[in-house]
Amino acid sequence: MSDYLLKVENLKMHFPIHGGIFWRQIGKVFAVDGVSFAVKQGETVGLVGESGCGKTTVGRSILKLYTPTHGKVYFEGKNILELKRKDMQPLRRNMQMIFQDPFESLDARLTIGDIIEEPFLIHSIGNSEERIKNVKKLLNRVGISQNAINNFPHEFSGGQRQRIGIARAIALNPKLIICDEPVSALDVSIQSQILNLLLELQEEMKLTMMFIAHDLAVVKHISDHIAVMYLGKIVEYANADDLYSQPLHPYTRALISAIPVPDPSVKKKRQILSGEVPSPKDPPPGCSFHTRCPIVIDRCKIEDPFLRNMKNTSGNDHQVACHRAGEQ
Amino acid sequence: MGSAILKVKNLVTSFNTESGRIRAIDDISFELKEKQILGIVGESGCGKSVTALSIMRLLPKPSGVIESGQIMFNHTDIVDLPAEKMHEIRGNRISMIFQEPMTALNPVHRIGKQLGEIFHLHFPDMPKEKIRDESIELLQKVGIPDPESRMNEYPHQISGGMRQRVLIAIALAAKPDILIADEPTTALDVTIQSQILDLMMQLQKETGMAIIFITHALGVIAEICDDVVVMYAGKVAETSPVEHLFEDPKHPYTKGLLTSIPRLESPRKKKLSIIKGMVPSLHELPNGCRFQNRCPEAMEICKTEPPPLKRIADNHFVSCYLY
Repeated sequence: MSDYLLKVENLKMHFPIHGGIFWRQIGKVFAVDGVSFAVKQGETVGLVGESGCGKTTVGRSILKLYTPTHGKVYFEGKNILELKRKDMQPLRRNMQMIFQDPFESLDARLTIGDIIEEPFLIHSIGNSEERIKNVKKLLNRVGISQNAINNFPHEFSGGQRQRIGIARAIALNPKLIICDEPVSALDVSIQSQILNLLLELQEEMKLTMMFIAHDLAVVKHISDHIAVMYLGKIVEYANADDLYSQPLHPYTRALISAIPVPDPSVKKKRQILSGEVPSPKDPPPGCSFHTRCPIVIDRCKIEDPFLRNMKNTSGNDHQVACHRAGEQ
Repeated sequence: MGSAILKVKNLVTSFNTESGRIRAIDDISFELKEKQILGIVGESGCGKSVTALSIMRLLPKPSGVIESGQIMFNHTDIVDLPAEKMHEIRGNRISMIFQEPMTALNPVHRIGKQLGEIFHLHFPDMPKEKIRDESIELLQKVGIPDPESRMNEYPHQISGGMRQRVLIAIALAAKPDILIADEPTTALDVTIQSQILDLMMQLQKETGMAIIFITHALGVIAEICDDVVVMYAGKVAETSPVEHLFEDPKHPYTKGLLTSIPRLESPRKKKLSIIKGMVPSLHELPNGCRFQNRCPEAMEICKTEPPPLKRIADNHFVSCYLY
C-alpha cells in the first residue's frame, strides 16, 4: 500500500446543468463516474480515451482544480480531498501539471524567467540570486537558451513553450506530474523531442507521472500501466504491453484497430465502430458502451459491468469492465 | 491508374506580411492522376494548405498571390482564369472540405438549406422537390442516419463527425472530378476518424473522383493514399508512390519523420529518434537546402545550393544531394 504515491478511489465528478427561468439545476453531466486506480512511486499511468470521456477531469480533480462530487484521492497516504486550503498548500509543490496548450498556459505578460521563478516565490524558496540561478539551471535542463530568460512566451514556438511549461512544472522537484495532452498540439518532429525529455526527466528525478492523451500509441510509449476510459468510467486497466497485445474490452480493441498504422503493407482488417459516444448528460443504462459494442448481449443493456480483476495470459493483473470478457 | 487530371508546375505562392513578402510555397510541382488519392504530408508551415488554397484560387486577398507557375486542370491553366470562369470550376469540378467542420458550416441555416443551395447554384433549373430528394439521397450516401429529419436540423445539433459528413455531402453535390480534403479528420476522435476515412475511400471508388488528401499524420497517408508528396518549409522534399515512401524513404526529412513517431508495436520507454531543432520560420529560411540545419547528413553543397527535385525511380522524386 505504501508504495503507491497516488491512489484514487471511486472518484466522481458530476457537473450541474442549470436552466429554466429560476436557473435551477435541471440535470448533471456525469463527467467522471466512479474511477479508481493507483500509481506506484516512479511509475507512469496513462489515461486514454476519446473526447468527453472524462480523462482531463480526472487529472484536474486529483489536483483539486475541481471539487469532486465524491471519492477519495490519497497522496502519500493522505486523503487530500479532506484537506483544508492551508494544509493543501505545502503539498501542491509536490503535484504539478503540464497542460495541452502551450499558448494559453503561459502568462503572456510575464517573461519566461518570471514564469519559471513564480513557483519559488509562491513557496518562498531562496533569495533572488538563488532563484535566478535555479531558473537558468531549469532552462538549461529543458533545452532553452539561458539568454532567453527575459523573452516573452510569444517569442517562442509551440515546442519551446511546452519546454518552458515543463521547466515550471519540475521547478520545485515535485513527486507527481500530471501531463494533460502535452504533445497533441505539437508537430510530429517536435512531439518526439518532448516525449524524450519527459522520459529523461522521469528517470533523473524519479518522477511519478500521469499521462493523459487520446493517442494510444503515444500513451503506450510512455506508460507502465494504462487505463482506458469511456464515458466517465475506466473500462480496462492493465500493464501497457498487455493492453496492446491482449486487450480484453471491445472498446480497447476498437481503439487499437482505429489507429492508422504508418505502414501501407499492413492491410489490417479494421474494425470500425458504428455510431458515436453518447452524451455524458444522459449516459445509456447498463454498460455505457453497449450502444456501439459489436458483441453486445441483452445483459449489457440492463446491468452495468463492474471493473473486475482477471489474470491475463502473461499472468499479470488485468482489470476489465465487460460482461463478456474471459468467455470462450 | 490513368493520366494526370491536375498538374502543378513550378508553383510559387507568396504573402505580403508586415515584415515583408514571404514565399509560403516556393517552386513546387506534382501531379494528381485520375481516380487517385494523393496525400500531401508535412508539418505546420510547410505550405500544404496554401497549396490547396492556390488550386482553389481561394487565397486570402489581397495579401496572397500566385507569383508564377501553372496549375493545369484538364489542359486549362487555372492560374490566370478569370473569376467567372473559376466559379464554374470551383465547387463544381474541384471541391474542397476543411479541417474544422463547425466553422465551415453556417450556424444559422438548416442542413437541408445549406445542401440545397449547392444544387441551386450549380443546377439553377432543378425543381425544389428534386433538390430535396437529391439532398436526402446524398446525406444517406455519406452515412447520415435518418437523413430526412437531419435536413431540418442546425449544425450545432449534430456531432463533429456528422458535420464532416455533411460537408462531404456538400462537396460531392456537383459530382466533382477532384476533391481536396484539408485535414478533414484532424479534429475528430480516432474511432470517428476511421469512419470518415472509410467513407472517403468508398466514395472515391463509387464516383471515380480523384482526391488530394492533406494531413500531418503519416498513419492516415499509409492507410488511404496511392501517391504521396512530402513537403517541408514550402518545398517538395520527396514524392513517390505510397509503398516506396514507407519502405524505402530517401529524403532525410522523410526518414526522420518515419522513425520519430511512437508506434504501438515498438518497445516502451525507448528513446525515440528525433529530428533536432525546429521548422524554420519562412522569414528566416536557411540558405541552400531548407532542411540543412536539421539534417543529419548535410554536406557542404547543401548549405549554399538549394537541391533540385530529381527523379530517382519511376514516379519517385527527391530533392536531396545524396541522390
